[in-house]
Amino acid sequence: MKKIRIKIPGFLKGMFIVFSNLFKKNVTVNYPFEKETLAPRARGVIALDQEACTSCMLCARQCPDWCIYIEGHKELQPPSKPGGRPRSRAVLDRFDIDYALCMYCGICVEVCPFDALFWSPDFEYSEYKMSSLLHDKAKLQDWLVTVPETVGLES
Amino acid sequence: MSFGLELLLKVGVVAAIAPAMALGLTILEIKGSAYMQRRPGPLHVGLRGFIFPIAEVLKFFQKEDIIPAQADRSVFKWAPAYIFVSVFGLFVIIPASPTLVVRDLELGVFYLLAISSLSTIGVLTAGWSSANKFSMIGGLRAAAQLIAYELPLILSVIGVVIQAETMSLVGIVEAQKEWGVPFVLAGQLIAFLVFMTAATAEMMRVPFDMPIGESELVSGFLTEYSGIRFLLFYISEYINLFVMCAIASTIFLGGYHIPFLPLDWVNFYGPLVLIGKTFFLGFILILIRWSFPRFREDQLQSIAWKILVPVSLANIFVTSIMKVVF
Repeated sequence: MKKIRIKIPGFLKGMFIVFSNLFKKNVTVNYPFEKETLAPRARGVIALDQEACTSCMLCARQCPDWCIYIEGHKELQPPSKPGGRPRSRAVLDRFDIDYALCMYCGICVEVCPFDALFWSPDFEYSEYKMSSLLHDKAKLQDWLVTVPETVGLES
Repeated sequence: MSFGLELLLKVGVVAAIAPAMALGLTILEIKGSAYMQRRPGPLHVGLRGFIFPIAEVLKFFQKEDIIPAQADRSVFKWAPAYIFVSVFGLFVIIPASPTLVVRDLELGVFYLLAISSLSTIGVLTAGWSSANKFSMIGGLRAAAQLIAYELPLILSVIGVVIQAETMSLVGIVEAQKEWGVPFVLAGQLIAFLVFMTAATAEMMRVPFDMPIGESELVSGFLTEYSGIRFLLFYISEYINLFVMCAIASTIFLGGYHIPFLPLDWVNFYGPLVLIGKTFFLGFILILIRWSFPRFREDQLQSIAWKILVPVSLANIFVTSIMKVVF
Protein backbone atom coordinates (compact mmCIF):
# COMPACT_ATOMS: atom_id res chain seq x y z
CA MET A 1 0.00 0.00 0.00
CA LYS A 2 1.28 3.36 -0.97
CA LYS A 3 1.55 5.96 1.71
CA ILE A 4 -0.59 8.99 1.07
CA ARG A 5 1.62 11.98 1.48
CA ILE A 6 0.26 15.48 1.37
CA LYS A 7 2.73 17.74 -0.32
CA ILE A 8 3.26 20.90 1.69
CA PRO A 9 4.84 23.75 -0.26
CA GLY A 10 8.37 24.54 0.80
CA PHE A 11 7.68 28.10 1.84
CA LEU A 12 5.07 26.95 4.37
CA LYS A 13 7.56 24.45 5.79
CA GLY A 14 10.14 27.22 6.11
CA MET A 15 7.65 29.49 7.83
CA PHE A 16 6.73 26.68 10.21
CA ILE A 17 10.38 26.14 11.10
CA VAL A 18 10.82 29.82 11.84
CA PHE A 19 7.60 29.84 13.86
CA SER A 20 8.54 26.76 15.88
CA ASN A 21 11.84 28.38 16.84
CA LEU A 22 9.78 31.07 18.57
CA PHE A 23 9.08 28.70 21.46
CA LYS A 24 12.51 27.16 21.83
CA LYS A 25 15.12 28.18 24.33
CA ASN A 26 17.52 30.96 23.46
CA VAL A 27 20.94 29.82 22.39
CA THR A 28 22.69 33.05 23.32
CA VAL A 29 24.30 33.85 26.67
CA ASN A 30 23.84 37.22 28.33
CA TYR A 31 27.61 37.54 28.49
CA PRO A 32 28.78 40.02 31.10
CA PHE A 33 26.17 38.69 33.54
CA GLU A 34 26.43 34.99 32.86
CA LYS A 35 29.36 33.03 31.52
CA GLU A 36 29.50 30.47 28.81
CA THR A 37 30.79 26.99 29.61
CA LEU A 38 33.96 26.77 27.58
CA ALA A 39 35.34 23.77 25.75
CA PRO A 40 37.84 21.71 27.81
CA ARG A 41 40.75 22.81 25.63
CA ALA A 42 39.67 26.41 25.14
CA ARG A 43 42.51 28.67 24.07
CA GLY A 44 42.23 31.83 26.09
CA VAL A 45 45.72 32.91 27.11
CA ILE A 46 49.15 31.30 27.30
CA ALA A 47 50.62 30.76 30.76
CA LEU A 48 54.36 30.46 31.44
CA ASP A 49 56.07 28.32 34.05
CA GLN A 50 59.32 30.26 34.54
CA GLU A 51 61.00 27.47 36.48
CA ALA A 52 60.66 25.08 33.59
CA CYS A 53 61.77 27.51 30.88
CA THR A 54 65.36 27.14 29.72
CA SER A 55 65.14 30.08 27.28
CA CYS A 56 65.87 27.71 24.42
CA MET A 57 64.09 30.11 22.02
CA LEU A 58 62.24 27.29 20.24
CA CYS A 59 58.88 28.94 20.83
CA ALA A 60 60.13 32.31 19.64
CA ARG A 61 61.55 30.74 16.52
CA GLN A 62 58.43 28.75 15.72
CA CYS A 63 55.99 31.58 16.37
CA PRO A 64 54.43 32.43 12.99
CA ASP A 65 53.91 36.10 13.74
CA TRP A 66 56.92 36.65 15.99
CA CYS A 67 55.05 37.75 19.02
CA ILE A 68 57.31 36.11 21.62
CA TYR A 69 60.33 38.05 22.85
CA ILE A 70 62.92 36.19 24.92
CA GLU A 71 66.12 37.46 26.47
CA GLY A 72 68.29 35.47 28.81
CA HIS A 73 71.78 34.93 30.07
CA LYS A 74 73.73 32.10 31.70
CA GLU A 75 74.94 32.04 35.25
CA LEU A 76 77.44 29.71 36.82
CA GLN A 77 76.06 27.61 39.64
CA PRO A 78 78.27 26.59 42.53
CA PRO A 79 79.26 22.95 42.15
CA SER A 80 76.99 20.48 43.90
CA LYS A 81 79.96 18.42 45.19
CA PRO A 82 83.15 19.94 46.51
CA GLY A 83 85.76 19.95 43.77
CA GLY A 84 83.17 19.63 41.05
CA ARG A 85 82.84 21.69 37.95
CA PRO A 86 80.51 24.72 38.22
CA ARG A 87 77.45 24.16 36.03
CA SER A 88 75.91 26.91 33.97
CA ARG A 89 72.23 27.68 34.33
CA ALA A 90 70.00 29.67 31.99
CA VAL A 91 68.28 32.65 33.58
CA LEU A 92 65.27 34.22 31.94
CA ASP A 93 65.52 38.01 31.79
CA ARG A 94 62.59 38.74 29.56
CA PHE A 95 59.74 36.62 28.29
CA ASP A 96 57.00 38.72 26.62
CA ILE A 97 54.06 37.61 24.54
CA ASP A 98 52.39 40.34 22.53
CA TYR A 99 48.71 39.36 22.47
CA ALA A 100 48.02 42.11 19.98
CA LEU A 101 49.95 39.97 17.49
CA CYS A 102 49.29 36.47 18.81
CA MET A 103 46.94 34.43 16.65
CA TYR A 104 46.36 31.66 19.18
CA CYS A 105 47.78 28.93 16.95
CA GLY A 106 49.35 27.15 19.92
CA ILE A 107 52.55 26.18 18.13
CA CYS A 108 54.66 27.56 20.99
CA VAL A 109 52.77 25.39 23.49
CA GLU A 110 53.26 22.33 21.33
CA VAL A 111 56.88 22.95 20.52
CA CYS A 112 58.07 23.63 24.08
CA PRO A 113 60.32 20.67 25.02
CA PHE A 114 60.25 21.42 28.77
CA ASP A 115 56.49 21.94 29.26
CA ALA A 116 56.87 25.55 30.25
CA LEU A 117 53.92 26.92 28.25
CA PHE A 118 50.26 26.02 28.86
CA TRP A 119 46.91 26.98 27.49
CA SER A 120 44.58 28.69 29.94
CA PRO A 121 40.88 29.23 29.16
CA ASP A 122 40.87 32.72 30.70
CA PHE A 123 40.02 35.25 28.01
CA GLU A 124 39.09 38.39 29.91
CA TYR A 125 42.24 40.46 29.55
CA SER A 126 41.12 43.13 27.10
CA GLU A 127 42.77 46.52 27.44
CA TYR A 128 42.17 50.08 26.37
CA LYS A 129 45.63 50.37 24.84
CA MET A 130 47.18 48.02 22.35
CA SER A 131 50.54 48.27 24.09
CA SER A 132 49.01 46.96 27.31
CA LEU A 133 48.42 43.64 25.56
CA LEU A 134 52.15 42.88 25.85
CA HIS A 135 52.26 40.51 28.81
CA ASP A 136 55.62 40.24 30.56
CA LYS A 137 56.90 37.13 32.29
CA ALA A 138 55.42 38.00 35.67
CA LYS A 139 51.98 38.38 34.18
CA LEU A 140 52.41 35.19 32.17
CA GLN A 141 53.38 33.44 35.39
CA ASP A 142 50.19 34.73 37.02
CA TRP A 143 48.10 33.00 34.39
CA LEU A 144 49.53 29.67 35.53
CA VAL A 145 46.98 29.34 38.35
CA THR A 146 44.14 29.46 35.83
CA VAL A 147 45.46 26.51 33.85
CA PRO A 148 43.07 23.56 34.34
CA GLU A 149 44.12 19.98 34.97
CA THR A 150 45.07 18.29 31.76
CA VAL A 151 42.08 16.61 30.21
CA GLY A 152 42.62 13.14 28.83
CA LEU A 153 43.17 12.28 25.22
CA GLU A 154 40.15 12.78 23.05
CA SER A 155 40.00 9.41 21.32
CA MET B 1 -20.40 69.49 19.08
CA SER B 2 -19.17 71.98 16.57
CA PHE B 3 -17.48 70.81 13.42
CA GLY B 4 -14.14 72.38 14.32
CA LEU B 5 -13.99 70.77 17.74
CA GLU B 6 -14.94 67.39 16.30
CA LEU B 7 -12.25 67.69 13.65
CA LEU B 8 -9.64 68.64 16.23
CA LEU B 9 -10.61 65.71 18.42
CA LYS B 10 -10.44 63.23 15.54
CA VAL B 11 -7.07 64.52 14.37
CA GLY B 12 -5.79 64.32 17.92
CA VAL B 13 -6.98 60.75 18.35
CA VAL B 14 -5.46 59.64 15.03
CA ALA B 15 -2.21 61.45 15.78
CA ALA B 16 -2.02 59.66 19.12
CA ILE B 17 -3.05 56.20 17.90
CA ALA B 18 -0.94 55.98 14.76
CA PRO B 19 2.53 56.28 16.38
CA ALA B 20 1.37 54.12 19.29
CA MET B 21 0.41 51.33 16.91
CA ALA B 22 3.65 51.78 14.99
CA LEU B 23 5.58 51.39 18.25
CA GLY B 24 3.56 48.31 19.12
CA LEU B 25 4.34 46.72 15.79
CA THR B 26 8.00 47.70 16.13
CA ILE B 27 8.15 45.93 19.49
CA LEU B 28 6.43 42.92 17.94
CA GLU B 29 8.92 42.94 15.09
CA ILE B 30 12.04 43.43 17.21
CA LYS B 31 11.20 40.97 19.95
CA GLY B 32 9.41 38.53 17.63
CA SER B 33 12.29 38.38 15.19
CA ALA B 34 14.71 37.97 18.10
CA TYR B 35 12.84 35.00 19.52
CA MET B 36 12.43 33.50 16.05
CA GLN B 37 16.21 33.55 15.78
CA ARG B 38 16.52 32.21 19.34
CA ARG B 39 18.13 35.25 20.87
CA PRO B 40 16.65 37.57 23.48
CA GLY B 41 16.74 40.78 21.42
CA PRO B 42 17.10 44.16 23.13
CA LEU B 43 17.35 43.42 26.82
CA HIS B 44 18.67 46.35 28.79
CA VAL B 45 16.45 49.33 27.85
CA GLY B 46 13.82 49.09 30.56
CA LEU B 47 11.15 46.42 31.02
CA ARG B 48 13.35 43.70 29.52
CA GLY B 49 13.87 45.77 26.37
CA PHE B 50 10.19 46.27 25.62
CA ILE B 51 10.46 50.06 25.55
CA PHE B 52 13.45 49.90 23.23
CA PRO B 53 11.56 51.39 20.22
CA ILE B 54 10.84 54.56 22.20
CA ALA B 55 14.54 54.96 22.89
CA GLU B 56 15.24 54.36 19.21
CA VAL B 57 12.74 57.04 18.15
CA LEU B 58 14.24 59.50 20.64
CA LYS B 59 17.68 58.72 19.28
CA PHE B 60 16.67 60.03 15.85
CA PHE B 61 15.58 63.37 17.34
CA GLN B 62 19.09 64.14 18.55
CA LYS B 63 20.76 63.25 15.26
CA GLU B 64 21.89 65.80 12.75
CA ASP B 65 19.64 66.32 9.77
CA ILE B 66 22.04 66.24 6.84
CA ILE B 67 21.04 67.45 3.38
CA PRO B 68 23.52 66.68 0.58
CA ALA B 69 24.99 69.71 -1.18
CA GLN B 70 23.89 68.54 -4.62
CA ALA B 71 20.39 67.61 -3.48
CA ASP B 72 17.27 69.35 -4.68
CA ARG B 73 16.68 70.88 -1.29
CA SER B 74 12.98 71.61 -1.18
CA VAL B 75 12.00 68.36 -2.91
CA PHE B 76 14.36 66.46 -0.65
CA LYS B 77 12.83 68.09 2.42
CA TRP B 78 9.24 67.47 1.44
CA ALA B 79 9.53 63.89 0.21
CA PRO B 80 8.85 62.28 3.62
CA ALA B 81 5.70 64.38 3.95
CA TYR B 82 4.06 62.67 0.96
CA ILE B 83 4.56 59.27 2.52
CA PHE B 84 3.45 60.48 5.93
CA VAL B 85 0.30 62.04 4.49
CA SER B 86 -0.57 59.01 2.43
CA VAL B 87 -0.20 56.77 5.46
CA PHE B 88 -2.09 59.02 7.85
CA GLY B 89 -4.83 59.68 5.34
CA LEU B 90 -5.77 56.02 5.39
CA PHE B 91 -6.75 56.26 9.05
CA VAL B 92 -9.81 58.21 7.97
CA ILE B 93 -11.69 55.17 6.73
CA ILE B 94 -10.65 52.44 9.17
CA PRO B 95 -13.74 51.66 11.26
CA ALA B 96 -13.15 50.63 14.87
CA SER B 97 -16.92 50.21 15.28
CA PRO B 98 -19.94 51.35 13.21
CA THR B 99 -19.73 54.80 14.79
CA LEU B 100 -16.09 54.90 15.92
CA VAL B 101 -14.67 55.98 12.58
CA VAL B 102 -13.19 59.28 11.48
CA ARG B 103 -15.46 59.43 8.44
CA ASP B 104 -17.31 56.53 6.86
CA LEU B 105 -16.93 57.44 3.20
CA GLU B 106 -19.35 56.10 0.60
CA LEU B 107 -16.40 55.42 -1.71
CA GLY B 108 -14.15 54.16 1.07
CA VAL B 109 -12.31 51.56 -1.00
CA PHE B 110 -11.80 54.05 -3.81
CA TYR B 111 -10.39 56.56 -1.30
CA LEU B 112 -8.10 53.85 0.09
CA LEU B 113 -6.59 53.08 -3.29
CA ALA B 114 -6.32 56.75 -4.27
CA ILE B 115 -4.55 57.79 -1.08
CA SER B 116 -2.27 54.78 -0.83
CA SER B 117 -0.88 55.47 -4.31
CA LEU B 118 0.29 58.90 -3.12
CA SER B 119 3.26 57.30 -1.41
CA THR B 120 4.71 56.47 -4.85
CA ILE B 121 5.33 60.18 -5.38
CA GLY B 122 7.07 60.50 -2.06
CA VAL B 123 9.37 57.57 -2.70
CA LEU B 124 10.16 58.64 -6.25
CA THR B 125 10.93 62.23 -5.28
CA ALA B 126 13.02 61.05 -2.33
CA GLY B 127 15.07 58.89 -4.67
CA TRP B 128 15.35 61.50 -7.37
CA SER B 129 16.24 64.52 -5.24
CA SER B 130 18.96 62.83 -3.18
CA ALA B 131 21.60 63.29 -5.92
CA ASN B 132 22.81 59.77 -5.33
CA LYS B 133 22.94 56.89 -7.80
CA PHE B 134 21.80 54.34 -5.26
CA SER B 135 18.92 56.55 -4.19
CA MET B 136 17.84 57.06 -7.76
CA ILE B 137 17.93 53.37 -8.64
CA GLY B 138 16.04 52.67 -5.43
CA GLY B 139 13.45 55.32 -6.23
CA LEU B 140 12.95 54.01 -9.76
CA ARG B 141 12.64 50.46 -8.51
CA ALA B 142 10.16 51.63 -5.91
CA ALA B 143 8.11 53.43 -8.54
CA ALA B 144 8.04 50.36 -10.79
CA GLN B 145 7.15 48.13 -7.88
CA LEU B 146 4.46 50.34 -6.37
CA ILE B 147 2.76 50.88 -9.72
CA ALA B 148 2.92 47.16 -10.53
CA TYR B 149 1.40 46.12 -7.22
CA GLU B 150 -1.23 48.85 -7.13
CA LEU B 151 -3.16 46.90 -9.74
CA PRO B 152 -3.56 43.56 -7.90
CA LEU B 153 -4.32 45.55 -4.74
CA ILE B 154 -7.21 47.28 -6.49
CA LEU B 155 -8.43 44.23 -8.36
CA SER B 156 -8.46 41.95 -5.32
CA VAL B 157 -10.59 44.42 -3.38
CA ILE B 158 -13.09 44.68 -6.25
CA GLY B 159 -14.16 41.07 -5.67
CA VAL B 160 -15.09 41.98 -2.11
CA VAL B 161 -16.84 45.13 -3.26
CA ILE B 162 -18.96 43.06 -5.66
CA GLN B 163 -19.80 40.57 -2.94
CA ALA B 164 -20.63 43.21 -0.35
CA GLU B 165 -22.37 45.52 -2.86
CA THR B 166 -20.83 48.55 -1.19
CA MET B 167 -17.59 50.48 -1.15
CA SER B 168 -17.85 51.85 2.34
CA LEU B 169 -15.74 49.92 4.82
CA VAL B 170 -18.42 49.97 7.52
CA GLY B 171 -20.82 48.61 4.89
CA ILE B 172 -18.37 45.83 4.05
CA VAL B 173 -18.13 44.83 7.71
CA GLU B 174 -21.91 44.93 8.05
CA ALA B 175 -22.19 42.73 4.96
CA GLN B 176 -19.85 40.22 6.60
CA LYS B 177 -22.09 40.34 9.68
CA GLU B 178 -25.04 39.41 7.47
CA TRP B 179 -23.14 36.56 5.82
CA GLY B 180 -22.23 35.20 9.21
CA VAL B 181 -18.65 34.46 8.21
CA PRO B 182 -15.89 36.85 7.20
CA PHE B 183 -15.23 37.20 3.49
CA VAL B 184 -12.00 35.23 3.72
CA LEU B 185 -14.12 32.14 4.40
CA ALA B 186 -17.00 33.22 2.19
CA GLY B 187 -15.19 32.76 -1.08
CA GLN B 188 -12.58 35.54 -1.05
CA LEU B 189 -9.60 33.53 0.18
CA ILE B 190 -7.69 34.02 -3.06
CA ALA B 191 -8.46 37.73 -3.03
CA PHE B 192 -7.17 37.86 0.55
CA LEU B 193 -3.89 36.19 -0.40
CA VAL B 194 -3.47 38.49 -3.40
CA PHE B 195 -4.26 41.50 -1.25
CA MET B 196 -1.75 40.56 1.42
CA THR B 197 0.97 39.89 -1.15
CA ALA B 198 0.31 43.18 -2.90
CA ALA B 199 0.12 45.02 0.41
CA THR B 200 3.47 43.58 1.47
CA ALA B 201 4.93 44.84 -1.80
CA GLU B 202 3.28 48.25 -1.30
CA MET B 203 4.88 48.47 2.14
CA MET B 204 8.23 47.51 0.59
CA ARG B 205 8.81 44.87 3.24
CA VAL B 206 10.91 41.75 2.79
CA PRO B 207 10.58 39.74 0.50
CA PHE B 208 9.62 42.73 -1.67
CA ASP B 209 12.20 45.22 -0.41
CA MET B 210 14.23 45.78 -3.57
CA PRO B 211 13.83 49.60 -3.38
CA ILE B 212 15.64 49.53 -0.02
CA GLY B 213 17.73 46.43 -0.77
CA GLU B 214 20.54 47.07 1.68
CA SER B 215 22.87 44.51 0.15
CA GLU B 216 22.71 46.13 -3.29
CA LEU B 217 21.70 49.77 -2.90
CA VAL B 218 23.07 50.80 0.52
CA SER B 219 19.59 51.80 1.66
CA GLY B 220 17.83 52.64 -1.61
CA PHE B 221 15.89 55.89 -1.55
CA LEU B 222 16.63 56.28 2.16
CA THR B 223 20.40 56.42 1.65
CA GLU B 224 20.82 60.17 2.10
CA TYR B 225 18.22 60.66 4.79
CA SER B 226 19.11 61.06 8.44
CA GLY B 227 17.68 62.44 11.62
CA ILE B 228 14.00 63.31 11.78
CA ARG B 229 13.37 62.81 8.06
CA PHE B 230 14.64 59.27 8.28
CA LEU B 231 12.47 58.81 11.36
CA LEU B 232 9.44 59.89 9.33
CA PHE B 233 10.20 57.26 6.69
CA TYR B 234 10.89 54.68 9.35
CA ILE B 235 7.78 55.31 11.41
CA SER B 236 5.50 55.60 8.40
CA GLU B 237 6.73 52.19 7.30
CA TYR B 238 5.30 50.73 10.48
CA ILE B 239 2.19 52.89 10.42
CA ASN B 240 1.70 51.68 6.86
CA LEU B 241 2.06 48.11 8.09
CA PHE B 242 -0.61 48.77 10.68
CA VAL B 243 -2.94 50.52 8.24
CA MET B 244 -2.64 47.88 5.54
CA CYS B 245 -3.20 45.07 8.03
CA ALA B 246 -6.13 46.96 9.57
CA ILE B 247 -7.72 47.40 6.15
CA ALA B 248 -7.10 43.76 5.28
CA SER B 249 -8.69 42.66 8.55
CA THR B 250 -11.61 45.03 7.97
CA ILE B 251 -12.25 43.89 4.41
CA PHE B 252 -11.51 40.20 4.74
CA LEU B 253 -11.55 39.20 8.41
CA GLY B 254 -14.66 40.98 9.63
CA GLY B 255 -12.98 44.04 11.16
CA TYR B 256 -14.45 45.06 14.51
CA HIS B 257 -17.13 42.38 14.36
CA ILE B 258 -16.74 39.14 16.24
CA PRO B 259 -19.54 36.60 16.59
CA PHE B 260 -21.31 35.80 19.89
CA LEU B 261 -20.53 39.16 21.47
CA PRO B 262 -23.34 41.61 22.32
CA LEU B 263 -23.75 44.09 19.47
CA ASP B 264 -24.60 46.93 21.86
CA TRP B 265 -21.10 46.84 23.29
CA VAL B 266 -19.34 47.08 19.95
CA ASN B 267 -17.95 50.52 20.82
CA PHE B 268 -16.00 48.93 23.66
CA TYR B 269 -14.70 45.70 22.22
CA GLY B 270 -14.63 46.84 18.56
CA PRO B 271 -11.29 48.67 18.68
CA LEU B 272 -9.68 45.85 20.65
CA VAL B 273 -10.94 43.23 18.21
CA LEU B 274 -9.71 45.26 15.25
CA ILE B 275 -6.29 45.80 16.83
CA GLY B 276 -6.08 42.12 17.72
CA LYS B 277 -6.83 41.03 14.17
CA THR B 278 -4.44 43.64 12.82
CA PHE B 279 -1.60 42.50 15.04
CA PHE B 280 -2.30 38.91 14.05
CA LEU B 281 -1.88 39.81 10.37
CA GLY B 282 1.13 41.95 11.26
CA PHE B 283 2.67 38.98 13.02
CA ILE B 284 2.21 36.83 9.92
CA LEU B 285 3.94 39.50 7.83
CA ILE B 286 6.79 39.62 10.36
CA LEU B 287 7.03 35.83 10.17
CA ILE B 288 7.27 36.07 6.37
CA ARG B 289 9.85 38.82 6.64
CA TRP B 290 12.17 36.72 8.79
CA SER B 291 11.66 33.52 6.80
CA PHE B 292 12.33 34.48 3.22
CA PRO B 293 15.06 36.15 1.21
CA ARG B 294 14.42 38.96 -1.21
CA PHE B 295 12.96 38.34 -4.66
CA ARG B 296 14.88 39.27 -7.76
CA GLU B 297 13.72 42.36 -9.63
CA ASP B 298 12.40 40.39 -12.64
CA GLN B 299 10.72 37.86 -10.37
CA LEU B 300 9.02 40.75 -8.64
CA GLN B 301 7.57 42.08 -11.86
CA SER B 302 6.55 38.68 -13.18
CA ILE B 303 4.78 37.83 -9.92
CA ALA B 304 2.76 41.02 -10.20
CA TRP B 305 1.86 40.85 -13.90
CA LYS B 306 1.82 37.12 -14.61
CA ILE B 307 0.31 35.71 -11.42
CA LEU B 308 -1.42 38.27 -9.21
CA VAL B 309 -3.21 40.31 -11.90
CA PRO B 310 -4.68 37.31 -13.80
CA VAL B 311 -5.63 35.59 -10.55
CA SER B 312 -7.40 38.65 -9.23
CA LEU B 313 -9.13 39.19 -12.59
CA ALA B 314 -10.34 35.59 -12.48
CA ASN B 315 -11.50 36.21 -8.93
CA ILE B 316 -13.57 39.20 -10.05
CA PHE B 317 -15.00 37.11 -12.89
CA VAL B 318 -16.00 34.20 -10.67
CA THR B 319 -17.36 36.49 -7.94
CA SER B 320 -19.56 38.40 -10.36
CA ILE B 321 -20.88 35.19 -11.91
CA MET B 322 -21.71 33.84 -8.45
CA LYS B 323 -23.35 37.15 -7.58
CA VAL B 324 -25.57 37.02 -10.68
CA VAL B 325 -26.43 33.31 -10.38
CA PHE B 326 -27.30 33.27 -6.66
